[in-house]
Amino acid sequence: MTTPPGDEMAIASNDDVVRVRQVVRAAAAAAGLSLVDQTKIVTAASELARNTFIYGGGGSVRVERAVSERGRAGVRIVFTDEGPGIPDVDQALTEGWTSGSGLGLGLSGARRLSDEFTLETQVGKGTTVTVTKWTR
Amino acid sequence: MSDEHRRAHIADLVRSRRDTVLDRWVELVAQGVRGRITAGELRTELAELYGLVERALAEPGGTAGGELRAALGEISRSRARQGFSPTETAISVFALKQAVHEQVEASGDTDAYGGFIAFSSFVDDLGLTTFEAYAAAREQVIADQAEQLMELSTPVVKLWEGILAVPLVGTLDSARTQVVMETLLQTLVETGSQFAVIDITGVPAVDTEVAQHLLKTVMAARLMGTDCVISGIRPQIAQTIVTLGIEFGDIATKATLADALTYALERSGVRIVGGAEG
Repeated sequence: MTTPPGDEMAIASNDDVVRVRQVVRAAAAAAGLSLVDQTKIVTAASELARNTFIYGGGGSVRVERAVSERGRAGVRIVFTDEGPGIPDVDQALTEGWTSGSGLGLGLSGARRLSDEFTLETQVGKGTTVTVTKWTR
Repeated sequence: MSDEHRRAHIADLVRSRRDTVLDRWVELVAQGVRGRITAGELRTELAELYGLVERALAEPGGTAGGELRAALGEISRSRARQGFSPTETAISVFALKQAVHEQVEASGDTDAYGGFIAFSSFVDDLGLTTFEAYAAAREQVIADQAEQLMELSTPVVKLWEGILAVPLVGTLDSARTQVVMETLLQTLVETGSQFAVIDITGVPAVDTEVAQHLLKTVMAARLMGTDCVISGIRPQIAQTIVTLGIEFGDIATKATLADALTYALERSGVRIVGGAEG
């Protein structure tokens, strides 16, 4: 069960990554997440937004309020890109592994920072990552 | 009756009732901008536009259309810079429709209504021009501000003999890190400091990129023989860093700037003694 989808935002520059953080922080605060959980989901969003921009070649993000089956409020963020996709998902989720120049902790870290994490990817087609954080 | 004819009809009306329509236009716009522009200025501005509208209506496809757009663009840009809202800006154009419509109604001339539809879409086009110019100007303002923010000096302050502090505020991206690193390293050379405290109290989110930048800055300072302490790590940031799996290794980290200063003082052999007398 989900509230109506929020607006789509483009991720096409580093400034957009900052904007995503701000939107997610506002949404998380509005959903009633604690300060720690807000910071966690904002950081996860920051990692994924940067991945979308750097590795996915840009894409879009949708931030929405969500309600779990047990009636808990939360925030769900969907990142979509039409980039090269991830050939080896297990490897991408391995700590310390990076195809670029980062620390290699972003994707795996984002998974640990969120309550629900789904990754759909097709080589040559693009990647969609969805993360959700519920209130406690 | 042809479109051409209808257009001419409205053009006549706009010309023949110039003073009435212009007065009403100024009045409507003045309501919209709520006294932030004097009535005199507004009248001069709108009278100029009105003249161009008259000419553009009289000779469609003539040069007046271009001049009109340029004049509108200029007005929209200045409105945007003065901080007027989009509505307040757009009303300047759309109010003309109402002013003319009132005249069409008063004339009771059914032919004029046909012409008014064409006139209405003409004004809508002008409205779009206004919007484009307004949005472009606002974007320029935002871009300028972003640049100014970037240039906000990142000060490196001296806390004690041999101890420097770098209070970081805001987003730490690559460009910013570069500035911070250069300033810090330069100040290290100038002051010969043994310790540098990097305070991240003002950094809203520490993700892997920020951490990587911090680590690089610390490494660079180390190469120059300076010990770095990272301070201002708030509880929620600490939990997030742990979950992310970032390791700060053997870099000293402290919760507050005060703790970091105490640590650096102790390390440099300064003893703080309570009770000064005696």
